[in-house]
Amino acid sequence: MNLNATIIGQIFAFFLFVWFCQKYVWPPIIATLEARQKKIADGLDAADRAGRDLEQAQQRAADLLKEAKANSAGIIDQANKRASQILEEAKDKAREEGNRIKAGAQAEIDQQVNQAREHLRQQVATLAVAGAEKILERSVDQNAHTDLLQKLAASL
Amino acid sequence: MAENAAATTEAAYASGGEYVQHHLGFLTYGKHPDGHWGLAHTQEEANDMGFWSIHVDTMGFSLVLGALFLALFMKVGRNINAGVPGGLQNAVELLVEFVQSSVKSSYSGHSPFIAPLALSIFCWILLMNLMDLVPVDLIPLAAQALAGNPHLSFKAVPTTDLNITFGLSLSVFILILVYSVRCKGLGGFLGELAFHPFGKYAMPFNLVMELPAFLAKPVSLALRLFGNLFAGELIFLVIALLGYWQFPLHFVWAVFHLLVIPLQAYLFMMLTIVYLNQASQHH
Repeated sequence: MNLNATIIGQIFAFFLFVWFCQKYVWPPIIATLEARQKKIADGLDAADRAGRDLEQAQQRAADLLKEAKANSAGIIDQANKRASQILEEAKDKAREEGNRIKAGAQAEIDQQVNQAREHLRQQVATLAVAGAEKILERSVDQNAHTDLLQKLAASL
Repeated sequence: MAENAAATTEAAYASGGEYVQHHLGFLTYGKHPDGHWGLAHTQEEANDMGFWSIHVDTMGFSLVLGALFLALFMKVGRNINAGVPGGLQNAVELLVEFVQSSVKSSYSGHSPFIAPLALSIFCWILLMNLMDLVPVDLIPLAAQALAGNPHLSFKAVPTTDLNITFGLSLSVFILILVYSVRCKGLGGFLGELAFHPFGKYAMPFNLVMELPAFLAKPVSLALRLFGNLFAGELIFLVIALLGYWQFPLHFVWAVFHLLVIPLQAYLFMMLTIVYLNQASQHH
């Protein structure tokens, strides 16, 4: 076993190879590894964030739903109240209208009755005059007895 | 191939010991004693070359495997995308993340250099150790056929060469020195060796305690890796001498060795990180 210049050759080769490795081999590989580690870390981070966001969104959705339910219950309540109010109003109006129509009808009836009575009165006057003529067998001067006749008709 | 190896064994080697001896030799290039440069033909010739020679086989495989690692990772790095990774990118990312988490857990400071360093060490040593699982005779036989020399020594597992493991650990040692001086200053670093643990009046004693511990770091790093892999290789070689019994035994030993290979690469990487962490921390 001789020690010889192979040692020196090996030392030179060692430093040459290590220098080469440090300069040209190591950097691209380690840069890529670090890039991938960063990518994975970012991905995990994003997943975490997305999970939190999802939780928040679900919370908010639940809140909104609760609020909407409360709102809708209020609206339905209000609508029911309003509906019964409208119904009440409509009933009142209808009752009023009915009364009004009834009153009109009554007035017309009254008017008709008066007219009929007037008419009847005139008829009675004429009839009375005719009856009297028949009874007296002579014509009574209508003009002379108008006031008398009218008094008679008014007493009907 | 193993049968072929057995045949070769019987034909080319007088004894099992010689077979093993031969497989432990290196393809050495250097200056012969007579002055001309060339490959050593025998182990004695290689020994005569002294320090200024080089193991062409282990050095070559070390360079090829290191380049293979860099090319592979660079190819993946070129086409990498931050989406869903597939195939090779997945494996590369797995390794990178594994190394990075090891660095993060063991290196307390911040230095962009440590992680690529650890990755290079781990992958390179892992690939070199994996050469141990290639059948022991395959690459030497191919080399012998290529060279046309049946007695050529050729060692394919770089980490079974003490030079390679020491080259690695001494590089780490240099880095430890650089980090120590850079983070603590030269005075601080020397002071830590001289005035620790017993104060400045016990300086010689401190040095005697601290210096060996400090110098043992590269030695233990290199010897641990070398010892494990060399022993594994040696056992493969011994098993290869057993005729047909070698088939199940090779399998069993390879399975066991499959644990040792990544473990040693991991240990080397972790100890490097820990040593550099110590170097850049104040006490």
